[in-house]
Amino acid sequence: MVGASATAALAAVPSAAGAQPARTGEPVLAKVAFTMNGQRRELELDTRTSLLDAAREHLHLTGSKKGCDHGQCGACTMIVDGRRINACLTLAIMHQGAEITTIEGLGQPDSLHPMQAAFVKHDGYQCGYCTPGQICSGVAMLDEIKAGIPSHVTADLTAPVAVTEAEIRERMSGNICRCGAYSNIVEAMTEVAGRRA
Amino acid sequence: MPMKFDTPAGQNPIDQLKVVGRPTDRIDGKYKTTGTAPYAYERHDVAPNPAYGYVLGAGIAKGRVRAIHVEEARRAPGFLTVVTTLDTPRLERGKMNAAYLFGGDEIQHYHQAIAVVVAETFEQARAAAYLIKVDYAPEAGRFDLAAEAKVAQPVPGDSGEGSGGDGVERVGDFEAAFAQAPITLDQTYTTADESHAMMEPHATIAAWEGDRVTLWTSNQMIAWGHGSMAKILGIPKENVRLDSPYVGGGFGGKLFVRADAVLAALAARAAGRPVKVALTRPLIANNTTHRPATIQRVRIGATPDGRITAIAHESTSGNLPDGDPETAVNQTKLLYAGANRLTAMKLAHLDLPEGNAMRAPGEAPGLMVLEVAMDEMAEKLGLDPVEFRIRNDTQVDPNKPGRRFSHRDLVGCLRLGAERFGWAKRNPKPGQVRDGQWLVGHGMAAAFRNNLVVKSGARVRLGRDGVVTVETDMTDIGTGSYTIIAQTAAEMMGVPLERVVARLGDSRFPVSAGSGGQFGGNSSTAGVYAACVRLREAVAQRLGFNANDAQFVDGQVRSGNRTVPLAQAASDGELVAEDAIEFGKLSQEQQQSTFGAHFVEVGVDADTAEVRVRRMLAVCAAGRILNPKSARSQVIGGMTMGTGAALMEELAVDTKRGFFVNHDLAGYEVPVHADIPHQEVIFLDEADPMSSPMKAKGVGELGICGVGAAVANAVYNATGIRVRDYPITLDKLLDRMPEAA
Repeated sequence: MVGASATAALAAVPSAAGAQPARTGEPVLAKVAFTMNGQRRELELDTRTSLLDAAREHLHLTGSKKGCDHGQCGACTMIVDGRRINACLTLAIMHQGAEITTIEGLGQPDSLHPMQAAFVKHDGYQCGYCTPGQICSGVAMLDEIKAGIPSHVTADLTAPVAVTEAEIRERMSGNICRCGAYSNIVEAMTEVAGRRA
Repeated sequence: MPMKFDTPAGQNPIDQLKVVGRPTDRIDGKYKTTGTAPYAYERHDVAPNPAYGYVLGAGIAKGRVRAIHVEEARRAPGFLTVVTTLDTPRLERGKMNAAYLFGGDEIQHYHQAIAVVVAETFEQARAAAYLIKVDYAPEAGRFDLAAEAKVAQPVPGDSGEGSGGDGVERVGDFEAAFAQAPITLDQTYTTADESHAMMEPHATIAAWEGDRVTLWTSNQMIAWGHGSMAKILGIPKENVRLDSPYVGGGFGGKLFVRADAVLAALAARAAGRPVKVALTRPLIANNTTHRPATIQRVRIGATPDGRITAIAHESTSGNLPDGDPETAVNQTKLLYAGANRLTAMKLAHLDLPEGNAMRAPGEAPGLMVLEVAMDEMAEKLGLDPVEFRIRNDTQVDPNKPGRRFSHRDLVGCLRLGAERFGWAKRNPKPGQVRDGQWLVGHGMAAAFRNNLVVKSGARVRLGRDGVVTVETDMTDIGTGSYTIIAQTAAEMMGVPLERVVARLGDSRFPVSAGSGGQFGGNSSTAGVYAACVRLREAVAQRLGFNANDAQFVDGQVRSGNRTVPLAQAASDGELVAEDAIEFGKLSQEQQQSTFGAHFVEVGVDADTAEVRVRRMLAVCAAGRILNPKSARSQVIGGMTMGTGAALMEELAVDTKRGFFVNHDLAGYEVPVHADIPHQEVIFLDEADPMSSPMKAKGVGELGICGVGAAVANAVYNATGIRVRDYPITLDKLLDRMPEAA
């Protein structure tokens, strides 16, 4: 994986800086291909394009939100190769060959993912802008607990990690909800975790 | 003729409570949770192939722009156009704003918009914008509230959201009564500048067709924004359309059109194609508005048995020359009894960004202080703080004793809250309760906020398929408007919720109250009620019924022994009715307010002084609750934001260079998951016929009112340390913490 993306990036540089030298600041384009929500996507992008903007502006998948563009709010959270990341803090071309899930890939209005349904039931949102990030983050977060990855509040690093409200709150603290739906979000996630167990 | 609401509401179809009053899931929930709800910057569906605008903010706080050098930017790849403040005469201001948004060479505040660069892509627009060089002629400014407060003068002020008054208001003789009072308190407190920090940045896509412009934007008050944009662009209102079906949070920060809307419109005109503009996160704190910092002094005099005889609340805040004061003393005019009263607001001239409404303007910082002062006074009196408040309850406006509250059950909130929270088990002596590493404390405070009613209109359609469609320019900023509006129409027309479609936020729809000042929910549903009354009349007429005795139940219209399906009324074509509700003098004759009580448990780390909120309970009395699920969310959201104000939120002012330093979400800390425990909310079962046919009141801001003081009082109870400069960050506790046992 690492090799593939490095090759793609290297291949792009000579073509842009080749026989005809670019004007200062001329965008360097690079091709990238990844799978998003089960669909293979091939893009030729300005190398400065974040993964978030690739989805929102190029693929018109606007479910992932841009709240800060600085990795401070979590509204852009996507699940990339099984792990949640801030899609605004990573360049699209770094994800050659990746398997990416965005909120659109979890469920649709007529076929909600259990986490999406739990958010509706527990009113785990208000304005809705942080919601896709909370949900993607929450789905991946429960997988992290299941995989035994400890957090700051995990007391025993050798025992299986329990799904407690404290664990959820700690692990979800990278996803800001300014409307203040936290209490309901934790209820939704606790319910989904219980159903899984 | 709009429906006039000037007599108390009698029995009406809403009282059936088959749909209204139920904790229904939000009807927009499936769109929000799947990322399919379209926000302003995402309208690929209606504004294809837009160019990207990137806004440049001023690098000085005050002065003039001498020159803007755009030559390098013009040569940048993908560059399409640039509009600078020097190319543009100073534009009119938007409604209720003190700062100019764009145009001319004068800089009023840091990060004021001075240019928008348009390019083919976002990356190119950003890169080109950074190539612009600006020459400034900076001037000295005033940025330090504490320094300027010394020369601040009393001014009248109105938040426009239910709190306001004269610069100085007096009842009786405060000074004499305070001098004679056996027990007195005289303390000064400060609250910080705060940022709305809503999750969706201000964003707009603008597209011109000839001399008409459409703005897909993120705005709480469509009619205000509509009028403001016409004024700013110098074109007739008919030529402007605003559309905000989804608003990613506002809290007052999107009451007004901001630079994104203005610059998108100018840039789209210059580029000759649609342009999308979002304010970058680091621009928002200084470019837009904020809740102003305050310095507040409270004096309370009481008899030994805890009757208030004298109460004074004075507040000083700062703003730009045409700005308003923070109306932090308003609640003190109405919350507690007392024969001798003084309230005063002073305004200092500051050259910081514009101070304006943020969730519960006035009451949020005002109660933060008043309710800590009440806690201090209760302690001086040796009285339980719940009992002290109950003893000073009033059923009349203390300024005009002939004027009653329409309904006031503050005492009920206090009593029920105390019981449910287990208040009786609290140790009144501070610093006594220990749970492992934690010093544990309990605090409480009263919540108060006025209920405003605002004219609101709607259009209702009955389709051939029997589907009822509501159209109003009301916005849903997370408040649940879609759902309560649909619930209202369903109840009125006797159809299930699934047979109602709500369409919101478009300036082509009838003008509503909009979202602000916790007036939106009650007022806008009352407007839908009025339109539905008209539609019922039209249906009855079409079906040959008498509108007065026709019943609308289960998708049918009944009168006597005749029953006809509702849809039959539209069999020859859609029926459309439009109306508005207009509120008469009832709201002046009696004081309409909402009440609550907050109870909080905190733990303070004995070694680090880190504060953790462990339990929160609010009891609210706010008329009929239209949807207990979404209303509860409004309250817990307020409790969360109020916890932020108490413990962490502070725009740090650089008093030399004149700007808010921590202008992003890493530097400006807001509560995160780990900061907020499970929150409990109880609504008293009420219906207030003086308020509207819905018998509801506002609840969207009640939750933030007083909660910060409850947190602060709990910190005091835990540690014995009384912090009076908010937020209570651990540096203010650390050197005074009790010796570890």
